[in-house]
Amino acid sequence: MTVLEARSLSKTFTRDGLWRKGQAKRAVNGVSFTLAKGKTLAVVGESGSGKSTLARLLMRLLVADEGDVLLHGESITSLRGAALRRKRRHIQMVFQDPFASLNPRMTIGNTVAEGLRVHQAQLNRAQRNEKVAEVLQQCGMDADAMPRYPHQFSGGQRQRIGIARALVVQPDVLVLDEPVSALDVSVQAQILNLLRQLQQDHGLAYVFISHDLSVVRHIADDMLVMFAGHVLETGSAKNVLLNPKHPYTTALLDAMPIAHPSLRDNSADEIAVDPEQTADHGCPFRLRCDTAEGDCAHADMHLNNAGHACLHPIVSPL
Amino acid sequence: MSHTFSHESLEISHLSLAVPIGGQYVEAVSDVSLLLNAGRVMGLVGESGCGKSLTAQALLRLGEHQGVKHCAGDVLLGGKSIFAMSESQLRHFRGGQVAMIFQEPMTALNPVFTVGAQITEVIRLHLDVNKQTAKKRAIALLHDVGMAEASVLMGQYPDALSGGMRQRILIAMAMATNPRFIVADEPTTALDVSVQKRIIALLRRLQQQHQQGMLLVTHDFGLVAEMCDDVAVMYAGQIVERATVHEIFNHARHPYTRALMDCRPEIGVRGDMLPVIAGQVPAPGQYGAGCRFAKRCAFADDQCASPIAENAWHDGTHHARCVHGDQQ
Repeated sequence: MTVLEARSLSKTFTRDGLWRKGQAKRAVNGVSFTLAKGKTLAVVGESGSGKSTLARLLMRLLVADEGDVLLHGESITSLRGAALRRKRRHIQMVFQDPFASLNPRMTIGNTVAEGLRVHQAQLNRAQRNEKVAEVLQQCGMDADAMPRYPHQFSGGQRQRIGIARALVVQPDVLVLDEPVSALDVSVQAQILNLLRQLQQDHGLAYVFISHDLSVVRHIADDMLVMFAGHVLETGSAKNVLLNPKHPYTTALLDAMPIAHPSLRDNSADEIAVDPEQTADHGCPFRLRCDTAEGDCAHADMHLNNAGHACLHPIVSPL
Repeated sequence: MSHTFSHESLEISHLSLAVPIGGQYVEAVSDVSLLLNAGRVMGLVGESGCGKSLTAQALLRLGEHQGVKHCAGDVLLGGKSIFAMSESQLRHFRGGQVAMIFQEPMTALNPVFTVGAQITEVIRLHLDVNKQTAKKRAIALLHDVGMAEASVLMGQYPDALSGGMRQRILIAMAMATNPRFIVADEPTTALDVSVQKRIIALLRRLQQQHQQGMLLVTHDFGLVAEMCDDVAVMYAGQIVERATVHEIFNHARHPYTRALMDCRPEIGVRGDMLPVIAGQVPAPGQYGAGCRFAKRCAFADDQCASPIAENAWHDGTHHARCVHGDQQ
């Protein structure tokens, strides 16, 4: 059952300079996907690939220039005011930085209860507190955290609080923007386990934004590989990671940290690449691509039926 | 002036440091000893709050201005204590003999000076050269860290550059005086994955080419696997295990080291749940007398309640602060 769908989403930003009109940057370019109940879609790519803009479009914190976001089959793009607020209860966000995303002057109880005040205003204080305590407990926190402030908690605990804040209104979809990147590896494992447990218990669907492919492999069912706002490859996470077709996906895989010192590659490339270097016509990745040929500059690039957008895909050794 | 000291080794000897918490000093680094040798990379590994950055900063006597108190022990360059150095000797030592590469390339450069001005400043502070020579050396350094248009770059300001570019400039600045030792504190953590690998390759090539000794502070075992020759694992202010990198990856003996390595999600394995370490790292001041990991350890028993020596388990150069090292 599809809970969230994106249809050809695009967003362009224009940054005006002090003296002149700035250049337009297409941050998200024709992105489509569907996400089913209980499933996880990972969105991967370098900084500047449009991952976070996509997240904000899905949350409708930004309005798309083109395309549509459907929640339970209903478009949220044109909703306003109370209708938008009602719909928004179903999709909640968890942010990367557990230090910046909690208000330092609000108690944990008030932070988590805020969503309830908006979405379930009929509840009285005792009922609210009961719900907050319950959701904190589901996230591995004691109810005695409620009168305390964010600075009294570690990064991992704060991220649990951030997840509790998102869950308290019983959403169907969580958009998680790099939820474990700022955490120590031992804490990261705890949070990933918590997310999996919550998904099993509540049938939550996740949009999981990450640059860490080992985390993605662990948690995702499907994935989108983004570069300069375009989806360059998509499919099941297993397929994309074990059998990548797009040279950019392979480049990301090659950049992963190694698991053992015996895997050191002393011939690794150390020359600087400009991450901003993208082509404005043809394949956006071709300036950084080892296998690019003349036709990559001319062809109109889009995802094909095999789930990749490359004229010269990698042929698997099998 | 650069030959006052012997440069062969940089040693931390039984160092203890305290940090101010709630108005009083609490020990945060306990009796840490480390020996850095020319041509080798030592990884100092641990989670946030274990004292690894404090230890690294003590190598340059940084941190004193942030209220870190030096309680006991010493830092020795070629046998000479850096705590006995005069201000001018210390200025020469920092950057001249031991250079530091910080984690955050966005804040470590001064936004109001050009790249060229910042690199030539370092060169002229430490080497007796004129402006022209310093400029030439700066351009050569930028080439050496993989920057193609070095002379154009000299006139640019840091905010025009990406994180990876800035980190390369900081590496160039650290290498400017050809120091014998480099302290790198999470040098790739703030960078994009595709940039990380290239910076690692660059650092490793420069370190080997100049046969520098390096202390690499990190929480990332992937980076340890890529770069280190030796590893010291820290937990709650103490070194709990030390060995060569292959020993650590093949036969880690301390339960904490093993637990830390096991909770990494590995590519190609889709497990339902990851192994985790129960409980939390104790805060400074709450370490207790015995093994500091005991409360979280599956092997803990009565023996773990008394102080454990750093070499409680040992085999050659492999040491583990654990009485149950054989059970691992």
